[in-house]
Amino acid sequence: MAGLLDKRLIFVTGKGGVGKSTVAIALGLLAARAGRRCIVAELAAQERIQRVFDHQGEHFEEVEVASNLFTISIDPQHAMEEYLRVKAGPLGHALSASRVFNAFAMATPGMRELLSIGKVWELAQLERRTRDAAPYDLVVVDAPATGHGLGILRTPRTFAEIAKVGPIAHQGRTIADTIDDRSFTGIVAVAMPEEMPVSETLALSDALERDGLALDAVVLNALYPGRFDNDGDLTALNAALADAAAPHTRAALKAALSEHARATAQREQRERLATGLRTEPIDLPYLFADQLGREQLELLADALELGLASAGVTAR
Amino acid sequence: MNVSELLDGKRVCICGGPGGVGKTTTSAAIALGMAARGAKVAVVTIDPARRLANALGLEQLGNEPHRVDPERLTGAGEVDGELWAMMLDPKRTFDELIERIAPSPERAGEIKQNRVYKELSTAVSGSQEFTAIAKLYDLDRAGDFDLLVLDTPPSRNALDFLDAPGRLTAFLEGRALKTFIRPTGLGMRVLGRGASPLLGGLRKITGIDLLSDLSTFFGLLGGMTEDFSVRAAEVERMLRAQTTSFVVVTSAQTAAIDESIWFGRTLEQSGLPFSSAIVNRVHHDLLGDREPEDVSAALTQDLGAELAARVADNLHDYHVLARRDERNIARLSTEFGDRPLLLVPHLDEDVHDVEGLLRVHRYLFAPDGEREQMLADVVA
Repeated sequence: MAGLLDKRLIFVTGKGGVGKSTVAIALGLLAARAGRRCIVAELAAQERIQRVFDHQGEHFEEVEVASNLFTISIDPQHAMEEYLRVKAGPLGHALSASRVFNAFAMATPGMRELLSIGKVWELAQLERRTRDAAPYDLVVVDAPATGHGLGILRTPRTFAEIAKVGPIAHQGRTIADTIDDRSFTGIVAVAMPEEMPVSETLALSDALERDGLALDAVVLNALYPGRFDNDGDLTALNAALADAAAPHTRAALKAALSEHARATAQREQRERLATGLRTEPIDLPYLFADQLGREQLELLADALELGLASAGVTAR
Repeated sequence: MNVSELLDGKRVCICGGPGGVGKTTTSAAIALGMAARGAKVAVVTIDPARRLANALGLEQLGNEPHRVDPERLTGAGEVDGELWAMMLDPKRTFDELIERIAPSPERAGEIKQNRVYKELSTAVSGSQEFTAIAKLYDLDRAGDFDLLVLDTPPSRNALDFLDAPGRLTAFLEGRALKTFIRPTGLGMRVLGRGASPLLGGLRKITGIDLLSDLSTFFGLLGGMTEDFSVRAAEVERMLRAQTTSFVVVTSAQTAAIDESIWFGRTLEQSGLPFSSAIVNRVHHDLLGDREPEDVSAALTQDLGAELAARVADNLHDYHVLARRDERNIARLSTEFGDRPLLLVPHLDEDVHDVEGLLRVHRYLFAPDGEREQMLADVVA
């Protein structure tokens, strides 16, 4: 069975704040480690990836941040200028310089999404639109939050249907076919073990199924270690708290009971997710760190590798 | 400073900020607290957790606020005012807007059937933000409430909320398109051959069908584009009014704080009335000047060495987060200057029911001295 990382294009989506960017970078690292030339594309000018790798570069250029690992921040305006230059030659230059045309294109609903996903598609082609650009083995897209994420996957088809004939329709259909090709394109959902993210992930899974698509993997991020068990530990902690007088021992016991409560609630949500999906998610540990740097991302890449292997989706 | 003082004399409170930080819960807790203090308040939200929706009775359909049964709020003590809540339906809000400003029901029907309109009103990106503001404006104008609390839609980043409505309005006004499309009676016609090289380029890039769909759409809108412009100006006035208050809701995580700082700067630069920040899920320093090893030693007698070591490890990890939060809150505080930051501790469970709302609301509405005591109690 071909693995997730054997695909050419992976969309990483999930509710806001669950760690989509983190998982996208960790997936990219994992692929790069295996010797694959990989690019992680952010669909908003956030430059979060470059920050992690202490890299300061041009915003919308392809930048190598580690061996075999590249990043790019995709901006619709920039993508449009590039598209026009390549597709329409001198006329394209005139168009991209026209303020009226820009205002029109940027205001047309869905156009920004189409341009962004068009650039993603271009990155995943062996024959790159941009002259002299080297091809990538894998493109990982740090996609917008769930609702938008699904929207962006549908955008090319919608445009193809609205425009019917002409370049946009043609381009839309080509991109839509690429997304529908499950050997080429994968979709990964990221959730946290909390009620809202789990519900959204289950809803996303259903919505994709209705569109004839499916999730290739579900990553459950920030799972507490669950250091204390429900029986002996809990009783001992509560008994000790009843006796404890010193502020720092009370604080330590309260923190332990708090961790226990959270870890228990998380495991209930994990169970709900696994039941709803009829498959086990890939667990990533909660990292007690100031911020996620290179070291933490390598750890998460390890955990992903393990999870992908045991999920039967073999990482190369 | 507490929320009740912050919102004194305000009619509109907009809760914005990064995703996944508890905006919906915070908005509902603010509305609950203001209702408890005598105001008639409506909270407008988009996608609440199911349990919270059930708790507020939001499972009912309908795109209008309805009153939350006071029985459900007994834990809030004496509720002198009224709490109302609604779940926004973007598509329906858009349809209602068209019905209201269309010259005839027939025209409204035609617009709703138009392909460009269908795409426009259901596209997730933009339509949620646009309709949230549209609904807020209509509720404000109707004047049935003392205070409206808006929970902003989940988006890629907090700034979308400020940009998207304007982008959509600009499209509806159709200014850019007037260069390309000439109205001829009801239907507009795409300008003929040789009209301009720009048009030629546009046709070449987009395909003629898309252009003619767009011209049909704008033909149907006709004079309504005026109304969109007028409304946009009035909405702008509402957002900038002294009686409006933007509250940044965030967690203390590094990425969330970065985004909040960015959002705050944009509010400031845009001249929007941005009053304060609420920082959720704060980890408080439990250790003071002690080391986790001290704790382990002190607990060994009661818990045994092995369990005591696990408790100390846990405390150590918690402490890493507490130090991180402290640094991030200091950064936010420097950036936001005189604006108050209200801190809500990291509670043990997800907050998705009335009980949870009540807990959050107590932190938000406590007088300063009392809040410090409550935060100290979390620790001791």
